[in-house]
Amino acid sequence: MTARDRRGVTIGVLLFALAALLPLASDSYFLSIGVTIAMYTALATSWALFSGPTHYISLATAAFFGIGTYTTGIGIEYMPYWLTLPIAAVIGAVLAALVGVATLRLSGVYFVIFTLGLAELVRQIITWGQNVSGAKGLYVLTSITEEHIYWQLTGLSALVFLAGFLIWRSRLGFAVRILGDDEEVARHSGIHTARVKVLLFMIPGAVAAVTGAILAPRYVYIEPAIAFTPMLSFQVVIMALLGGTGRLWGPVVGVIPFTFLWEAISGTFPNQTTLLLGLSFLVIVYLLPRGFVGLIEEARGRVSRRGAFA
Amino acid sequence: MTRLLTGTALAALFAAGGALAQETLTIGAVGPKTGPLAGGAAVTYWPNVQLWANDVNEAGGLQVGDTSYMVEIVEYDDQTNPAQTIAAVQRLATQDEADFILPPYSTGLNLAAAPIYDRYGYPQVTSTANTGNVEDLSAQFPNLYITLGAASGMVGGLIDVMTELREAGEIGNTVAMVNVADAFGIELAEEARPLFEEAGFEIVYDSSYPLGTQDLSPVMQGAADANPDSFVAFSYPPDTFALTEQAIIENLDVGVFYTAVATAFPSYQERFGESANGVMGIGGVNADDPEFQDYAARHEEVTGQAPDSWASAMVYSTFQIYQQAIEGAGTIDREAVAEYIANNSFDTVIGPIEWDENNNNPAYWTVGQWQDGVFRGIASTGREGEVDPIVKSGWE
Repeated sequence: MTARDRRGVTIGVLLFALAALLPLASDSYFLSIGVTIAMYTALATSWALFSGPTHYISLATAAFFGIGTYTTGIGIEYMPYWLTLPIAAVIGAVLAALVGVATLRLSGVYFVIFTLGLAELVRQIITWGQNVSGAKGLYVLTSITEEHIYWQLTGLSALVFLAGFLIWRSRLGFAVRILGDDEEVARHSGIHTARVKVLLFMIPGAVAAVTGAILAPRYVYIEPAIAFTPMLSFQVVIMALLGGTGRLWGPVVGVIPFTFLWEAISGTFPNQTTLLLGLSFLVIVYLLPRGFVGLIEEARGRVSRRGAFA
Repeated sequence: MTRLLTGTALAALFAAGGALAQETLTIGAVGPKTGPLAGGAAVTYWPNVQLWANDVNEAGGLQVGDTSYMVEIVEYDDQTNPAQTIAAVQRLATQDEADFILPPYSTGLNLAAAPIYDRYGYPQVTSTANTGNVEDLSAQFPNLYITLGAASGMVGGLIDVMTELREAGEIGNTVAMVNVADAFGIELAEEARPLFEEAGFEIVYDSSYPLGTQDLSPVMQGAADANPDSFVAFSYPPDTFALTEQAIIENLDVGVFYTAVATAFPSYQERFGESANGVMGIGGVNADDPEFQDYAARHEEVTGQAPDSWASAMVYSTFQIYQQAIEGAGTIDREAVAEYIANNSFDTVIGPIEWDENNNNPAYWTVGQWQDGVFRGIASTGREGEVDPIVKSGWE
């Protein structure tokens, strides 16, 4: 571990410790914003672990999220809540692996379309299952509070950061970086590119499923229309891109301002929310193509250049 | 400038001080303005929010002791997304410091918000939530009230009407049944199968179609080929219209033609005119009740559109419960108002509403029918004003 790594880890640990204190220090309004931020931090960071280096845009977040929600919704009847989280993770990872094996050999655009369709596919399968079995919407009545949900999501985000940190320094991370630069070169260097991509894709799959599982008690009532909202996939992508995918801490830099922007828009302009969000997307794409990370590094570069000339 | 402002303030003070003290009550409203449920909310939910605020303020506000409170509505779009409903109710409770929050729209969005209403002690008298799980819910959320009824009652009402017609010799005992493969459609169909059998009906055609199916002609042809005496569809708004259209094309010859959600919409009558006569649908109202007629007239006048003949009046009636409870309790203290709601019955545009032991309204409309251009309730679980059903005769 280099000195720089050590500094990064220390800062990360401190920030997470600070974040974990939020429920003690704030009222429940900010706590509910905190839940949103923690949720999107886990989703967007894990999304960027895969999509950042590989440049494959995955729109499957809603599919995995919904599967996790249903895992808790169904599982809570038969087992303690805590057990549903690892089960959701396994189901999410296995599904991601299956999808990855089927599509990651294809070029980018097929993958995007497939992942977009995946949420709808899973949703239709669950609806079909309900129609055949006559099952109704699921009730998740627990004593889990907003604080518990917040802490679980913050813990999950910390795990995602840890995973990202370790992968970046492993052989897998090295392979991923080469693959991201040039897949052809990677293949000629003896890297099994398809396997690397599938392994990496399992991370956002598992994380999104666990996020859905954690949030199920918050929704109380689970039905397909609630569990599988395609908007979720797009929000994760836009937040990650706003932050920038080049750094592990990039997406969270996008998640925080975006959550406050969203909250401000829906609070102030309840009748034009969707319109204003669309405009913000455009602004982000045109003015911040590399996200906040790009902006920050540019500024940093300018400062150090000026330092060099002086 | 300062002097001008002071002058205006003084004038306002005198005007207000002349009679009773007048204050403002902040009332929150959260519902879909975008997303999949925006269409339904635009018919049954938002116009009633507007109408209710208008009615209350026109009458000089809510009378609480010596003070009259004008109501000011703060509304948020939840985008048909439970996470947004939660956020908006949270915002209303803590940021806008709403005195009361009207119930959200639909089963899922109401239940997602229930923990927040519960935490801050806001009574949540729902009008569009439909659940078969009232016991567990009322144990978990003591401030949650359900008025719309349950699927079992809706289906039971329909089967009673059909049994009555069969015993009068008006229809035979074969039924073609279809349902939309989505939450409420599935639930209704699931309830209906054993009940039809029990009542001695024979289901000669039983099929479902996915939500959003555009072309329903195969479904209707299948039903027509089975040559049923009755046709029953547990459908949603778009397919309610599409199935009726196909029935007209096929000239489906049945004595009972039933479609579910949206049959009671005024646009159904507008679209099908004479052909709608005799069509049965879910819900209903006492169309002859002057209270309801007065409500419908005001609805049209204030919002520019007619109410539907089922959920619209239910939504408005729950708003009336808030109104009567605040005035009846004589305070705007939420705890006192919640207690008043729990211990009283209310006189509303759909008639009296009383609670059973699970804070559930046991008396609701289950089946209505278009009769000469008016959608009338023909079956209920204890409402007044049920009229006799008529047999469907042709589509001309």
